[in-house]
Amino acid sequence: MAAKKPTDSRGAARSALSERTDAQTRKGIVELGARVVRQSLAETDPFVDVPLRSLSNTSFNARKRLLEMGDSTQRRNLFNTAQARKFMQTVLLSKGCKDLIEAGKTLSLRGMYYMSLHTIPGTREKTFEGQEESDGILEDIEVALEALRENLHLFAKKRGTMVGPITVRDNGDEIDCRRMGTGGYAIPSICEPGVVEFGKCDAKFVLHVEKDTVWSRFNEDRFWEKHNCILTEGSGQPPRGVRRLLWRLHHELKLPIYCLLDCDPWGHYIFSVIKQGSINLAFESSRLAIPDAKFLGIRAEDYERCELTDDVKIELNDRDIERAKQIAGYPWFVDKKPWQKEIQRMLRNGFKMEVESLITKDISYVTEEYVPARLKARDWLE
Amino acid sequence: MPTLVSSKDADVSDAKATAGKQPESRKPRGSTAEEMASGQREIAVSEFFAKNRHLLGFDNPRKALLTTVKEAVDNSLDACEEAGILPEITVEIGQKSETRFRVTIRDNGPGIVRRQIEHVFGRLLYGSKFHRLKMSRGQQGIGISAAGMYGLMTTGQPVVIVSKTGKQQPAHEVILKMDTSKNRADIVKETEHAEMDELFPQGHGTQVTIELEARYQKGRQSVDEYLEQTAIANPHACFAFIAPDATRLEFQRSVKELPPEAKEIKPHPRGIELGTLIQMIERTECRAIGSFLQEEFCRVSPSVTRAICDHAKVKNTTTIGRIGHAEAEAIFKAIQVVKIMAPPTDCLVPMGTKALLSGLLRGVRAEFFSASMRPADVYRGNPFQIEVGLAYGGELPKEEPARILRFANRVPLLYQQSACCSWKSVIDTNWRAYGLSQSRDSAPEGGLVVMIHMVSAWVPFTSESKEAIADYDEIRKEMKLALQEAGRKLGIYLKRRARMRHETDRRDIFERYIGEISKACEGITGTPAKKVFDALTRLAKTKTEQADQDLDDEGNVVEKKLEQDDNVVILAERIGAAEQAEAPTDLIPEVRPTKVSRPAAAKPKTPKRSTPPAAPAQTPTVPAPFRVKERKAPEGGLFEEGK
Repeated sequence: MAAKKPTDSRGAARSALSERTDAQTRKGIVELGARVVRQSLAETDPFVDVPLRSLSNTSFNARKRLLEMGDSTQRRNLFNTAQARKFMQTVLLSKGCKDLIEAGKTLSLRGMYYMSLHTIPGTREKTFEGQEESDGILEDIEVALEALRENLHLFAKKRGTMVGPITVRDNGDEIDCRRMGTGGYAIPSICEPGVVEFGKCDAKFVLHVEKDTVWSRFNEDRFWEKHNCILTEGSGQPPRGVRRLLWRLHHELKLPIYCLLDCDPWGHYIFSVIKQGSINLAFESSRLAIPDAKFLGIRAEDYERCELTDDVKIELNDRDIERAKQIAGYPWFVDKKPWQKEIQRMLRNGFKMEVESLITKDISYVTEEYVPARLKARDWLE
Repeated sequence: MPTLVSSKDADVSDAKATAGKQPESRKPRGSTAEEMASGQREIAVSEFFAKNRHLLGFDNPRKALLTTVKEAVDNSLDACEEAGILPEITVEIGQKSETRFRVTIRDNGPGIVRRQIEHVFGRLLYGSKFHRLKMSRGQQGIGISAAGMYGLMTTGQPVVIVSKTGKQQPAHEVILKMDTSKNRADIVKETEHAEMDELFPQGHGTQVTIELEARYQKGRQSVDEYLEQTAIANPHACFAFIAPDATRLEFQRSVKELPPEAKEIKPHPRGIELGTLIQMIERTECRAIGSFLQEEFCRVSPSVTRAICDHAKVKNTTTIGRIGHAEAEAIFKAIQVVKIMAPPTDCLVPMGTKALLSGLLRGVRAEFFSASMRPADVYRGNPFQIEVGLAYGGELPKEEPARILRFANRVPLLYQQSACCSWKSVIDTNWRAYGLSQSRDSAPEGGLVVMIHMVSAWVPFTSESKEAIADYDEIRKEMKLALQEAGRKLGIYLKRRARMRHETDRRDIFERYIGEISKACEGITGTPAKKVFDALTRLAKTKTEQADQDLDDEGNVVEKKLEQDDNVVILAERIGAAEQAEAPTDLIPEVRPTKVSRPAAAKPKTPKRSTPPAAPAQTPTVPAPFRVKERKAPEGGLFEEGK
């Protein structure tokens, strides 16, 4: 089962592809740097154009059912007090990425942050005040160069787990996801073809749950075995790796995706991101968003339908209410009556519920009764 | 001697009338006019004031102490200046018991001749200043005797005076006890000393000691504040103050010339009221009305006399004895109509902007000072002149409302601020136009000291205790104009300071990142970092120089004006001193070595003080660094760059 392919062949398979993209990315960086140099030597105000990653520059493509990024760009000038620091960081991180590509190595986002972190000579100011600052700039570079994070030889912290009747080849190593014990297969940050390849798959669908704790419940009850499905988890808002993997399972293996998330604005937003894409990463929607994903629960009506006790109620606070109204107003929700009803019902309830609330009925209620019943009744939100 | 006449009951006639109508069994209430006459007698002024001491500023123990010191110091300064002596005044307050203090004020003035001592210190309304129109601190001749009287009343202790009029003269020590019913003083003891060099090293001077019920407290409206402000308004005087806790405070002289002597003037016809006019007519020695007008008033020429007389329909040769009430009233009305020149203003001796600035410099630790002086003007026939000074920034507290220092004839006014014309003029002025914040009907905010000085031969106080200047339209208008003139300069300064700060910050930011950018560019493209660095540095310069240019073109005109203005002083080393006290932000490097990435324009944000950190403004035991007309900070303050 877990037979390994010879190392050289997997190296060769990847290298041709990656060499091509590497050269392309490197070229983009050099062009960016050369432009700055050219502008400097000509003594004109140097700038970098970065596509805007904001709600205002994001639009919902109703036909493709995804979020897309618009054409607005933000010009980042050196000689503007508000932008000078970001300009410097952009150039600094571009150089870091070029060094990485040339060395043929990859780094985590945090590693990249440390690589470019130092105190500016003669001052007490650091190049970055924290990893968030560098992460934001790196996303800018991705967009500006039209290169993906993996093209820049960067990856994020691993998050998310998978188990189910499927065999994957990760960097050449064959992994049987049916035999992953209690821990499951840790979904890597980069799930591109060439790095992760799918082998034999018997699954009929994918069940994505919000968190690790719920995932463990399903795994222990061998839900995936009984129902012949792949079971994934994204530790809250799923990272790009998990979303990319779900996208590929859906598009390449034609598996429907069902999501089991909390009944709160946060859970609804996670679903929205999986289904339509996020504002921040709108430029990658076409390779991340799954417009056909389905929302299985928890539903606002479950409090009565499942006869839950008052103990599971968590009161909605002002921010939740505001957020819920905001979500209800998203163009991809606004025309969907069932969703409007769902959000209204939650607001009327005045409380939210976590998936774990079903455990108050019975330890295995969620795996043995709730999800099978929903699937059988084809009771979900699109 | 002015006296007040009263009967015990004002309603004498009423009492009589009712007595007649009610023949009751009760004893008739009223007394006869004869009986009442026995109760009607003269009241000595001193008795009146003894009962109404709040009118003179002795309302409470704390204020009594201040008023005592103030009256004595005012007298000393007046005497010294009149005698042409640079004043040196020592104030000592000793505490006898919890509420009893002994106040001693000593000056180096001309001294008082022996026979006048009991009059000057023992009688109310006795003095040289009331009957003349000449600018001086004292006016009525009430103050010091009232202080002595208050002391006697509260402690039973007499006033002790030591005075010496010259080197060869003996010093007289006189102990005086005031008799309030007679407005006279009795001499308790009298001693003659041959020499008293320990008290009067210059051979002349006066010392007065009064024991009184009082309370000593520092802070607002205290003796300390009074002396501090007096020192500001009298930079030619030096003061020493020994407080009850034996701490010694000294204010050194910062101007070595005495202010010029004020000229005495005759009253201006417009400043006279009808009653006064009639009184003057009764008393004059002139024989004809024409000569009376010309002799007794200023600015009345023969032609003006003719005009007045014509208008009043009297001949200007009419004998004075034949001018009755009707004629006097006609003349009075004529005076209001006929065109008369404004009174001469050489009777006014303002401090002058230079002395005013040096006074402020001595007492206020600010970074910017401006002063302005208005030409003399007239209210009700009295000439007056307004001068103001502004002090801004430096170590002044940033969050508090502006402090207003009010002066009349160089005397600080500490009470009744809101009743004072100067306060109203500050509120009336739109300080927002000069870059300060100001809420409705209040003083501007943020590190500002406003000094307003009115000089006049007759300052219109709202009460005898001389605490607030009456609100005449003419006075308020002049005050506002003066404040506006000084305020405009402050506005120019503040605008410039803000712009310089902004530009400095801007250049700082660019220069900080240029090194990083050029190194990264070398890493990406291989272009030598030095080349990019030099290009970007040049670019940064031109980018910010554009702003510098503005300074040079439009800004420089302003700047030259400010810097060459004799009425402005800028102390670069104190700029933003109040902000420096707070922790510097991370963006400001602590030490900035001269590196390649930091070209010549290195400007330390933390001021390097060459002078030792001086004592806080309240206790300047050492004279504050005194720098008039020093335009550049020695070590590259804000104002050096951009040139």
